Amino acid sequence: MMPLRRKLADGAALLFALAATAFGLIWLVWILWTTMAEGAAALTPSLFTQMTPPPGGSGGLLNAFYGSAVMVLVALVLGTPVGIAAGTYLAEHGRHSRLAAIVGFINDILLSAPSIVIGLFVYELAVRPAGHFSGFAGAIALAIILLPIVVRTTDEALRLVPNQMREAAFALGVPAWRITSRIIYKAGLSGIVTGVLLGLARIAGETAPLLFTALNNQFWSASLAQPLANVPVVIFQYAMSPYDQWHALAWAGALVLTAFVLGLNLMVRFFARRGNR
Amino acid sequence: MSPPPHLAPSSGAAADRLFRLVTAGAAWLVLIVLGGAAVSMAWGGRLAFETFGWRFIASRDWDPVSGKFGALIPIYGTLATSIIALLIAVPVSIGIALFLTDIAPRWLRAPIGMAIELLAAIPSIIYGMWGLFVFAPFMAAHVEPWLTGKLGGLPVIGPLFTGPPIGIGLLTASVVLGIMIIPFITAVARDVFNAVPSSLKEAAVALGSTRWEILSRVTLPYTRSAIIGAIFLGLGRALGETMAVTFVLGNAHDLSPSLLMPSNSIAAAIANEFTEADTELYRSSLIALAFLLFVVTFLVLCAAKLMLMRVGRTHGRSQ
Repeated sequence: MMPLRRKLADGAALLFALAATAFGLIWLVWILWTTMAEGAAALTPSLFTQMTPPPGGSGGLLNAFYGSAVMVLVALVLGTPVGIAAGTYLAEHGRHSRLAAIVGFINDILLSAPSIVIGLFVYELAVRPAGHFSGFAGAIALAIILLPIVVRTTDEALRLVPNQMREAAFALGVPAWRITSRIIYKAGLSGIVTGVLLGLARIAGETAPLLFTALNNQFWSASLAQPLANVPVVIFQYAMSPYDQWHALAWAGALVLTAFVLGLNLMVRFFARRGNR
Repeated sequence: MSPPPHLAPSSGAAADRLFRLVTAGAAWLVLIVLGGAAVSMAWGGRLAFETFGWRFIASRDWDPVSGKFGALIPIYGTLATSIIALLIAVPVSIGIALFLTDIAPRWLRAPIGMAIELLAAIPSIIYGMWGLFVFAPFMAAHVEPWLTGKLGGLPVIGPLFTGPPIGIGLLTASVVLGIMIIPFITAVARDVFNAVPSSLKEAAVALGSTRWEILSRVTLPYTRSAIIGAIFLGLGRALGETMAVTFVLGNAHDLSPSLLMPSNSIAAAIANEFTEADTELYRSSLIALAFLLFVVTFLVLCAAKLMLMRVGRTHGRSQ
């Protein structure tokens, strides 16, 4: 039998772990509950059919949804191939090279780098020379946020492909680039897709890099050369405003954004888990 | 035996070189992006650095009208919120990792682990909105008056908890930041706790150790460098977090000893003021702030990565 004091110490560790877990979960529940309650109250069909309103008016977020979708898609088109190529270099061609070691290291830092700095970088790169904000600059900023995520997950997915597959193909005389493109990519496909989808979920909610690149646009604009409305920046501006209608729209936007991001995350994890079995 | 037709060595060496070149070019691009960001921040901030020199870091002036800018208050706000966030997040993350590796029944580990990971998936703008509309009023109504009443009169730490309970301020921002970095520290801690050889823990149990002793004398010492790496990783995230802090920190260029008062951080100052900066010097000062932030987070994240790599080398790549 343990003496009482030691029993208490044992119980204290148990209690500490339980309390910490409860502390972590409470916030998740609280934040999701608030977003759902406030967002559902503001959810109307006009959210998806009308433009962002002027102060005091009623309207929807159609132009913001459109702008976000366009920028995220362009970012995917720009960032995914580069990310997969760089990840391929790390896992395949450059596996033991010094360049691959350095890039792998820097990539992990880029993964956690402050996104506001990326926004300012693209401002200096694309907005200041052009003289105006643009949806295209926003897409570049999002692509830079996406890049390290795709590099990392591609690298990891390809490293999981057993070496025997490479060796077997080599033995048949298949050139290295075909081994990678026809065999290794096929084997690592689910991992790469998982990474791209998680990256998509991440950039869909990014706000800071869009503040100085895409900015915002109260009106309908389909042009990537112009400032482009987008959900995160609209939420930011409306939530910071003193108008109740704007607050309601911000909550509705927050609900749609959260549902999209968390839904995508859960779906990807669910399928990744099933794929591993 | 010849390979199947779609794998035939039709265009061997030249295509191989091209493929290698393209992938290596993409890898270089990762370096170029990071280097480019650093150079463009230094270049964009040069006017501020030239004008104010070292005083830029030490001065608490922030006066757009007379064109005097100093980074002291945003630096203080960034460091204070990040450090308090760590004080909250580190013990909580270690507790959660302990729960997920040793205490929870097996069927509960995956769902709770995933729930904690979801904290990292929630966009930071949602944290900010929730912080502004729900959490700040909660702090103002329930937590801050209590803190002022219990701790405000104490010597030394008393001044930290004085002032009107307005909800918006350093403490609220720190708590929100702490919540946001919990999943990052937990993820690393859980992985390395799982990698502690069970023979070590079993030996401790056989000697009659309590759970507390196993955690403090076996698990934590064994995983020390990874945990330190995880803390640095969380710090790197906290330093650069923008939107959540922008909502609840108050954007006030005041230096107050109280944690209940509004303040500013580097990221929040840039987010709030950059599009309104109407002079070259103003804009340059904000970019100079971004440069400082970039350098500090780079160093912190390097330290994190090096600590975690050391663990990877000694225990194999399994983590």
